[in-house]
Amino acid sequence: MTRITSLKDLQRLRDDLKAQTSARSDKANPDSIIQVKVAMATCGIASGARPVMDYMKEELEKRNIHALVTQTGCMCYCYAEPTIEVTIPGKEPVVFGFVTTKKADEIIERYIRKGETVEGIIARDYETIDSK
Amino acid sequence: MAKKQLRIALRNCGVIDPERIEEYIERDGYLALGKVLTELSPEAAIEIIKKSGLRGRGGGGFSTGLKWDITRRVKADQKYVVCNADEGDPGAFMDRSVLEGDPHSVIEAMAINGYCTGASKGLVYIRAEYPLAIERLKIAMKQASEWGFLGTNILGTGFNFEIEIRYGAGAFVCGEETALIHSMEGLRGEPTVKPPFPSESGYLEKPTNVNNVETYANVPVIINKGWEWFAGIGTEKSKGTKVFALAGKINKVGLIEVPMGTTLREVIFEIGGGLQDGATFKAVQTGGPSGGCLMEKHLDIPIDYDNLIAAGSMMGSGGMIVMDDANCMVSIAKFYLEFTVEESCGKCSPCRIGNKRLFELLEKITGGNGTPEDLDKLRNLSHVIKDTSLCGLGQTSPNPVLSTLENFYEEYREHVFDKKCRSSVCKSLMMYIIDAEKCIGCTLCARNCPVNAITGERKLAHYIDPEKCIKCGACMEKCKFGAIFIN
Repeated sequence: MTRITSLKDLQRLRDDLKAQTSARSDKANPDSIIQVKVAMATCGIASGARPVMDYMKEELEKRNIHALVTQTGCMCYCYAEPTIEVTIPGKEPVVFGFVTTKKADEIIERYIRKGETVEGIIARDYETIDSK
Repeated sequence: MAKKQLRIALRNCGVIDPERIEEYIERDGYLALGKVLTELSPEAAIEIIKKSGLRGRGGGGFSTGLKWDITRRVKADQKYVVCNADEGDPGAFMDRSVLEGDPHSVIEAMAINGYCTGASKGLVYIRAEYPLAIERLKIAMKQASEWGFLGTNILGTGFNFEIEIRYGAGAFVCGEETALIHSMEGLRGEPTVKPPFPSESGYLEKPTNVNNVETYANVPVIINKGWEWFAGIGTEKSKGTKVFALAGKINKVGLIEVPMGTTLREVIFEIGGGLQDGATFKAVQTGGPSGGCLMEKHLDIPIDYDNLIAAGSMMGSGGMIVMDDANCMVSIAKFYLEFTVEESCGKCSPCRIGNKRLFELLEKITGGNGTPEDLDKLRNLSHVIKDTSLCGLGQTSPNPVLSTLENFYEEYREHVFDKKCRSSVCKSLMMYIIDAEKCIGCTLCARNCPVNAITGERKLAHYIDPEKCIKCGACMEKCKFGAIFIN
């Protein structure tokens, strides 16, 4: 924990954090890592996101896939909960809907391991404040 | 194809881990607070919010900058800023999602609000039914204190600000700001007459600025990207975006955020993917119990505060429920009235008694006992309640009735004159009948009727006694010959 005492410090910290994150998704970086985000708002949890998150964590470790699994808030696709986002270094993030543990297994084996296309992808239908 | 949605308030939802402040900072978190404290005077910061055109997202649509300015101008030894997280519309969950997905954005905006208005204390009024939102908010507040974004001498500027949480027990009326303040004071959650406005005399009789969660979530972005950027999005009088909870008979139920000025048609048929099972669109309800039902002819109206009011509904906090032919509009009005009757605090008689009478009239009509006079009574009583109620709850509660009367009068007429409900929702107006031509007398229906209302000899046509029939529909479901129909 660092106590931030000025705007300059804050800006420096932000730049460092940004650099770390982009390094994580940079294919050329030896420390790059596969990132999995699980939508864990009340609604996601109610539709079964927690077992999916636990499964992802355990199975990726068991199968020796170096990955970072984190929770996030609502991805806003209520009709397709539970939803997860997978980012393979060097590739665009991909969101999958209706993820059960069975589906999670397919995502790990086919999309993460082999880079094959897996059904259930939700196309991003919004712009962000960075793109606008 | 150009994307219809733009996420400002939801910019971090589903992107960052809400329990890790580092991820918020990485996405320019607390930078707006830093900028405001270091580079801007309170007046200059308020000017940015004013010029951006941001209006209250809780439904009222009052200018946020102006509200801040009024609070700033009042002189007092202590002032408060309050975040209204008492989200109460049935089916609405925009604020919960922001608090669960991006709690720091609200904390940051409240601190900015505190600096601008001269308040060193913030209060979040949140309903106790949102345990996860509360938990994540608490974690975020703890982190913000540890990292120096809350507490004393924030970012070395000498500005002090702290936040406390207050729990609401889930009363709808406590979303109204005076009732909310009384509830926080430990008094009954009842509204009082304005003026005095909370900005003059609010919490503990001190100047208090109340803003909604979604309003706050917009503030840091406006500071970071500039008011020109924000004012460039939306319509002439409504700037920026609005989050809606899209629900009902729609394919893609979900949370959406669209620029003001997007049409209802774009929201329902493009973003929402149209109606389920190819059903026919009938109505869309916006604004929750305070809003109204709009129909086909309203679909091309650009959504903003003023247009929705002109169409007989309102923005509200952002619930949007899509309906098809299977929804009876009289029953829908009754549903919302039932909610209002339950939630009225009872302080003023127009709301307490008027809504109850309104509800009884609707029960009479859906029960098949409506008279032509009842239709006039509905309209007159609605206007009296609107004009004479004390607070926003009563002043808007007849909207579902008035808007359905306006847009779906034919359905009311059918209920009253023809004793018919075209959507087969109102049971008292339905009659199950056996088609004697099709019935082969298999007795299956009679054996399944729970109240023995069906009689008939084997191999001869059967008959349903309408006096006994409870309209459960079991017979129609069982009949293999399609011989039973509803009249």
